[in-house]
Amino acid sequence: MNDMLNVALPKGRLGEKAYAMMETAGFPCPAIKENNRKLIFENEAVGVRYFWVKPSDVAIYVERGAADVGIVGKDILLEYAPEVYELLDLQMGKCRMAVAAKEDFHDDRRRTLVVATKFTRIAQDYYASLGRDIDIIHLNGSIELAPILGLSDVIVDIVETGTTLRENHLIPIETIVPISARLIANKAAFKFKNEKIEAIVQSMAKQLEEKA
Amino acid sequence: MERVKLNTGEALVPALRALYERSGYSRYKMSKFEEYDLYVRNKDFLVSDSVITFTDTNGRLMALKPDVTLSIVKNSKDTPGFAQKVYYQENVYRISKGTASFKEIEQVGLECMGDLDAYCIFEVLSLACESLRMISPDAVLDLSHLGIVSALLDDLSQPPEVNEQLLKCLGEKNPHELRRICAENGVVPEKTARLVALAETYGPPAQVLQALDALDPPMPDRAPLDALRTLVGWFDGTPYAGMLRLDFSVVSAMKYYNGVVFKGFVPGVPESILSGGQYDHLMKKLHRASGAIGFAMYLDLLERFDRCDPYDVDTVLLYDETADLNGLMAAVAGLQADGCAVSAQRTLPEKFRARRVLQYKDGEVIPVE
Repeated sequence: MNDMLNVALPKGRLGEKAYAMMETAGFPCPAIKENNRKLIFENEAVGVRYFWVKPSDVAIYVERGAADVGIVGKDILLEYAPEVYELLDLQMGKCRMAVAAKEDFHDDRRRTLVVATKFTRIAQDYYASLGRDIDIIHLNGSIELAPILGLSDVIVDIVETGTTLRENHLIPIETIVPISARLIANKAAFKFKNEKIEAIVQSMAKQLEEKA
Repeated sequence: MERVKLNTGEALVPALRALYERSGYSRYKMSKFEEYDLYVRNKDFLVSDSVITFTDTNGRLMALKPDVTLSIVKNSKDTPGFAQKVYYQENVYRISKGTASFKEIEQVGLECMGDLDAYCIFEVLSLACESLRMISPDAVLDLSHLGIVSALLDDLSQPPEVNEQLLKCLGEKNPHELRRICAENGVVPEKTARLVALAETYGPPAQVLQALDALDPPMPDRAPLDALRTLVGWFDGTPYAGMLRLDFSVVSAMKYYNGVVFKGFVPGVPESILSGGQYDHLMKKLHRASGAIGFAMYLDLLERFDRCDPYDVDTVLLYDETADLNGLMAAVAGLQADGCAVSAQRTLPEKFRARRVLQYKDGEVIPVE
């Protein structure tokens, strides 16, 4: 059995912050700080292997067992509903999933609402909970363009500071759910590498408490 | 008979069938089709809502089976003091999550239906453990008791939709969302802490039961906890004792399941390979007075367990048009007698991989560089 703990980190600042917490938890891997284009880093002495993956792919790596644990945004968990354990809210990468529209938007409930989004499932679930009939347009980027060009009435997207929305004369009109990074684990790995995973959870929880 | 190279799943099936038959479970063979109506009436019992349907020649709407248990239960009979014990090896048709398209999945499982007693439950759990051990000595069986979970939820007095959210979080071992939902619905912190403890706890039975005993306030209903304690106690001194873990994230549809529910894991397979539980509620829904317990193993997942064979064949024996066919046949038979799988060919395609390549020339077998 492979005893190395495989950790999927999201590329970018969130992944770097998460690695710092893992390092404090007793799973350092100095090679990861080298400035190169490698994707996999190992520290055999402590039994850990890190790899950088696209943030939206972290959950897939963990669900399919290529990674034992990973750090992923709640938005990805809600959208893809992977079969994983969600062990800890890391209280970082905080933002919110929101409905936004043009500043002069008026919700005419006699019409089907046209919603543009990258997060189809989240939008569907949200409007289903309101009993609202919607027409969803799936877009892969530049979602803010949709209401400006009349492609949609509203958008459902991640809002961090709201600057992009403001610059495009859009405003958030409803918060669907707050988002932050979560520590997730593969269900089988949780059984077979339980000691290591529990140690990470406990150390990270302690780090968060101290920070608070 | 000659030995055929089997993968883990293929090799496992005869061993499992022998195990179940030794324990008095008889083979239950069924049709691939079932009336769609059965699944419509019990759709929450199914893993996925989607079913492949077609209209039969008599106009009835039929389905390719997405589940085996419902069909078996439908044909069961209540007989006081007797439990009907059957096993099956069937294919079911379900949506594959990754591709969102239908997939044929091979399942082997068993059902024990009727006048269930403690022995029936112990026997089914033991057979689940033994089935897992046939795959790996490091396998684990996670056990939960839905009576414990439902007692805690009942004590919170929340509406069904909130209970559903809480169950989802319990299944995810998600303490932060449990706290959030409890806070939003006015659950007192002590009761929230108890639910969070249930989500977070995992490990060998003795350790987990000790943690649950120490909960303050204590469990609202001790009966299911005591039932679970008795159940795991039966395993003391058996070869399966070390395989058991208590894990309350094993939550199955409470509308159908009650009592003990379980999932089995083996190293190298990223999800549970065995799933089962006691489903007296389903029996009741199908107008049976008796109880039932069973499990299924998903053999398709064992493909992940086998390493890829780097070769298409052991040995390729090359020959040309001038070869004497009787001599060639004798050379092939000679290699086969040594235990090799031999493919006689005139040429070797570019991507065809053989462990070794030989040539038949002038009545001799010679190695090819």
